[in-house]
Amino acid sequence: MAAFLLTAVSIFAFPALASAFPLQAGDTPNDGGGSVDVSWTPPDHHPTSWILVRREQGGTFAPVATVDGTDSHYSDDTAQNGTAYEYQLVASPADPSLDSEVSGPAHASVNLFDWSKFNVLVVAGVFFALLFWYIRKSEGGTKWVFRKIPGLDAIEEAVGRATEMGKGVLYVPGVQEIDDIQTIASMILLGRVARIAAKYETALNVPTNSPGVYTVAEEVVKSAYADVGRSDVYKSDQVRYVTSEQFAYVAAVNGMMLRERPAANLLLGAFFAESLLLAETGHAVGAIQIAGTANVHQMPFFVVACDYTLIGEEYFAASALLSNDARLLGSLKATDSVKILMIAIIVLGSILATFGQTWLGDFFSTQ
Amino acid sequence: MKREIPIVITLVAGLFMLLAWFVPHPTVKAAYEGLQNWAIVVVGFTYVLGVANLLRINTRQVSRKERDWPYKMVLIAGLLVTMVVGFSEGNHYTDVDSRFQWIYRTFYSPMTATMFSLLAFFIASAAFRAFRIRSVEALLLAIAAFILMIGRVPLGAAIHPAIPAAADWLMEIPQNAAKRGILIGAALGVMATGIRVILGLEKTYGGGDS
Amino acid sequence: MSLAALRHLDRRWIFLGVALLVIVPLLFSFHIAPVLPSNRSRGFYDAIEKLPEGSVVLLSGDYDPGTSAENYPMHLAAVRQLMRRNMRIIALALYPAGPPLTDQVLRIAGEEYHKTQGVDYVNLGYKVGNELVMSQMGQSIPNTFPVDNRGVAVNTIPVMKGIQNFQQIRLIVDISAGYPGTKEWVQQVVSRYHVPMVAGVTAVSAPEYYPYLQAGQLHGLLGGMAGAAEYEVLVGAPGLATRGMDAQSLAHVFIAFMIVLGNLAFIAGPKKGNGR
Repeated sequence: MAAFLLTAVSIFAFPALASAFPLQAGDTPNDGGGSVDVSWTPPDHHPTSWILVRREQGGTFAPVATVDGTDSHYSDDTAQNGTAYEYQLVASPADPSLDSEVSGPAHASVNLFDWSKFNVLVVAGVFFALLFWYIRKSEGGTKWVFRKIPGLDAIEEAVGRATEMGKGVLYVPGVQEIDDIQTIASMILLGRVARIAAKYETALNVPTNSPGVYTVAEEVVKSAYADVGRSDVYKSDQVRYVTSEQFAYVAAVNGMMLRERPAANLLLGAFFAESLLLAETGHAVGAIQIAGTANVHQMPFFVVACDYTLIGEEYFAASALLSNDARLLGSLKATDSVKILMIAIIVLGSILATFGQTWLGDFFSTQ
Repeated sequence: MKREIPIVITLVAGLFMLLAWFVPHPTVKAAYEGLQNWAIVVVGFTYVLGVANLLRINTRQVSRKERDWPYKMVLIAGLLVTMVVGFSEGNHYTDVDSRFQWIYRTFYSPMTATMFSLLAFFIASAAFRAFRIRSVEALLLAIAAFILMIGRVPLGAAIHPAIPAAADWLMEIPQNAAKRGILIGAALGVMATGIRVILGLEKTYGGGDS
Repeated sequence: MSLAALRHLDRRWIFLGVALLVIVPLLFSFHIAPVLPSNRSRGFYDAIEKLPEGSVVLLSGDYDPGTSAENYPMHLAAVRQLMRRNMRIIALALYPAGPPLTDQVLRIAGEEYHKTQGVDYVNLGYKVGNELVMSQMGQSIPNTFPVDNRGVAVNTIPVMKGIQNFQQIRLIVDISAGYPGTKEWVQQVVSRYHVPMVAGVTAVSAPEYYPYLQAGQLHGLLGGMAGAAEYEVLVGAPGLATRGMDAQSLAHVFIAFMIVLGNLAFIAGPKKGNGR
């Protein structure tokens, strides 16, 4: 009983004895408040674990957490904003000679800006500035020159080919949800393809693997047909929800290809393992195939198995290039300009790093 | 108005989510996460719509005895049976001996694994049909492909330890460099597309004219 | 059959070749070559091995039966190693069809190592939301998963005692087939909370994670069935993946041969106008 009382008193009443190591406490940076970071250099002789204790200035210590003896950092996320706390590490099992010093007062506070993301803000800011500048120039009549992307020219050709052969076009918008940017880009392209199909009265089938995508795709296709005055040709079965299960979807789409034998397959969106399954089956039925995705790991399959492939940013640029809209083309120039800037920064950063100057690389680090 | 309202909602929500990513203030963060939760809920509701569409199209094809209608019957039966079994078992659907798990093990698991395994066959046929060495770049690609295919399996190390080492070097250096370049381009494309959608420059996805 | 005539080879012959080269070694084990672990697999193994016993490990099984040939063996081997080292395992899945697979590996390894559900491990099941789930777990794991896969309240489960958020997690082990998966865990959790992480992924997506491995955000990486086989050897429990290596070796050689044959047939045949 006396030993217990002595230990309790030593933990909560007396400061640490000789050879105590320092403890730093401060507001956790770049957060919404309620958190204090406590850090220390673990001493050579350390206990199995530490009890982190905390007190408000003038108060008594109370335990907050137990941390491993080899740890060097703890975030106390039970702190009240604006209250000054002092911390100490107490050895467990109790040994006052191993306890840390008491830290200086620290209080949690709300940060209005996450400075660790400042570099992202800089890049985004430069991008926005260039975007608006190029859009203004486009609206002022400047004409931009872009390289030819064979896959884009082939889209209208593919629909035309399907019309001549009396067959349909199969449009597969990928396997991701509607909140994925690749799927959104696919919906934009679908609108353009649907307009062409409506004009030529070519059957257009759009199997989707998500109800969210189905909802948007149906609206896009219906509106596209209405925009060119061909609502009479639109059929409600053109866009359908198949299944959300990846390989069941592939089986269903492959079945459609084998039964309906479309003349053109447009595989535009986010794809995973099913990419080659779709592309090979499409080739087997003799369809012309145009694929586009930003999923790097599936690009090789599309490049090998399809007639045309839109790689990475070509896929995202497709809708702007097809539209010929001045403002959209201006946004493409902005993207190109930022890319050139990034190449310059990468080259410069590599050269600097070779000579031991890592400040440029460190600025762009997001870790 | 029908087309303007979605564009305004997209603009406001898009700009808010963009700026909120930089602001750790609890009120802003709560709204940020709240909007994300709403998105999940809305997507969840669309599953009701999706299943209704599935049943509508397939039951009509069955009732009219259109081509392949027996397969549509199988689809409808599978959907309804799995739903009824799953709901009837409640929390016990995860038990090893539940009927739902039996459906999972007997039908779902083997069928999805089988579809994925088709890739092995299709890769071989695509390699035969489409991998044409018509240029120096294609030749380099073929050599890299051979080294990687042999280096990635135990056979490569058995032939010579340099083969897996070469495979590792190819993956870690040239492959990584090329991939990072493509990724940077794609990321810029993502930014540009997102901004075009948020600012209402692209309206096609919402059923409007751009 | 002449080389030129091979241009019109029915692809079903190719399918038959692949089928035989895969099925025969699986039925009659050849042991073509020993499986030698790579540095990436060693990193995965060592990251678990050097954890103190009793550490809390988050095990995320982000795959479904479609990729089980690659992911399941690594998942099972990981659970075996974790249980052998007496870790507290908190398992979950971000794929809807994932929980039964997680249940299966926990049950099989649990019987081998005499571990008890609730005491040594828990399966929190599936939660919709992808990255949002990870973000919410950073605030509170019990609030994100108030009940486990069986519907039992997590605050009554012994293995969950003291687990609030990622601060109590010593290692994340992610077995992933794509999205959501390793990339999202690195972006949402590792970069924010600095929790060490190892990943087992499908072969086709493994190259995507090499930058994370090089940057130290991943401490180990298993790529496909070959990676799973290497890991099984390290764990000392050769299983499905190791048995499949003979088949995979022969299949790879066959595909390389098909590339050569296809090009020879192309060269031997009449020249067409510009190809594609």
